[in-house]
Amino acid sequence: MMIKVEDLKKSFGDNEVLKKINLDVNKQEVVVVIGPSGSGKSTLLRCINLLESITSGHVYIEGTDISGKKANINKIRQDVGMVFQQFNLFPHMTVLDNIMLAPVKVKKVGKEQAKEKAMELLGKVGLADKANAYPDSLSGGQKQRIAIARALAMEPKMMLFDEPTSALDPEMVGEVLDVMKQLAKDGMTMVVVTHEMGFAREVGDRVIFMDGGYIVEENEPHQLFEHPQEERTKAFLSKVL
Amino acid sequence: MNPLELIKEYLPFFASGTLFTILFSFAGIVFGTILGLFVCFGKMIDNKALAAPFVCYITFFRGTPLFVQILIIHFGVVPAIFHQSNGILSGIIALSLNEAAYIAEVFRAGIQSIDEGQTEAARSLGMDKRQAMRYIILPQAVRRVLPPMGNEFISLIKDSSLLAAIAAPELTYWAQAMGAQYAIVWTPYLTISVIYLILTLGMSFIVNRLERRMATK
Repeated sequence: MMIKVEDLKKSFGDNEVLKKINLDVNKQEVVVVIGPSGSGKSTLLRCINLLESITSGHVYIEGTDISGKKANINKIRQDVGMVFQQFNLFPHMTVLDNIMLAPVKVKKVGKEQAKEKAMELLGKVGLADKANAYPDSLSGGQKQRIAIARALAMEPKMMLFDEPTSALDPEMVGEVLDVMKQLAKDGMTMVVVTHEMGFAREVGDRVIFMDGGYIVEENEPHQLFEHPQEERTKAFLSKVL
Repeated sequence: MNPLELIKEYLPFFASGTLFTILFSFAGIVFGTILGLFVCFGKMIDNKALAAPFVCYITFFRGTPLFVQILIIHFGVVPAIFHQSNGILSGIIALSLNEAAYIAEVFRAGIQSIDEGQTEAARSLGMDKRQAMRYIILPQAVRRVLPPMGNEFISLIKDSSLLAAIAAPELTYWAQAMGAQYAIVWTPYLTISVIYLILTLGMSFIVNRLERRMATK
């Protein structure tokens, strides 16, 4: 079990955004989370690597309770890569430095070795020629592919994607999804929050529909998309499909 | 006597006064920036009780006149500590302490203006708070605060003229001396005005160059 979420609740002030969430993610599984905006899906993802504090309940990463006092969250996050909707590349560094920084400073990997790895990853996302460019000069799709490479440079055991294509122009969505598909094919454990139903259907091992802070329904993609059981799922799918 | 000859007579004093004005400004910038960064981080501590002294510091030094601070430090603080007064020492201390309060606020604004997503990206890669601050936030904040810092430095050069009141031998002190000796107004004060202008223009030139160099990176 890579990720285990147990009775997770999260409130912002009086506003309870997550109401008792339970979720297991197995090794090499691709779990896609869908649902209307405000349903809590991004918050759930952000609780998994503790970018949001947990109000109550537990999140276990490979068996370690990350909300526990003794948990070394900096160490755990090295195993949990994250890709953001807004890319969040470091604008004051070249693409290469963006990718090398964390391995060198956090993992204490040698510079030469980190560079080699970074170039290999850049090749993998099809952007080897942009190594010395600054993020500002890249398109949205390119930025997101760099962000994926940056997360992969830490050699994480699992990856979280928070609406990775929502800020992209339509023609750039494909190039990012292609990288993610390849990643899934390579056996990466992934939790993906997205509005791309095609991706959910094609790549997801399991699709989770969230609404109002609850997991309303979860199933394998075909079952969930063709035969939704819950009224709310049906209503949502009829709007987006 | 003709003004040019008067200026010529006072030239050595204006020269050393200029050097002292530069010294005061430079010391204020260096110590003010170092102390200001420290105060800035102090104020940003999550724990309110620990942050309180730094908040008080900023409130006091921004809320009271620099002139009054100079008088307190020169006639109160420095004699109490060193058992004698020293205009140069008092001047450096007063300007540095005052500058630090302003720099702290400029830095805090700069740091807080950096998008939250930058910290999140850094933390999600396993960096701790300190690493995220050092490698991600500060380098971007420094660029952003350069223009307001430049303004602070220019203000500092001009504010150093207040030190004439405690007989620190900077430009305005010598202009007052000259005015008193010959009972004249225009020549000394217009002369130092020109010198101040050159100093402040020089400062903004340096800051502009720095800004441009950082922008291209």
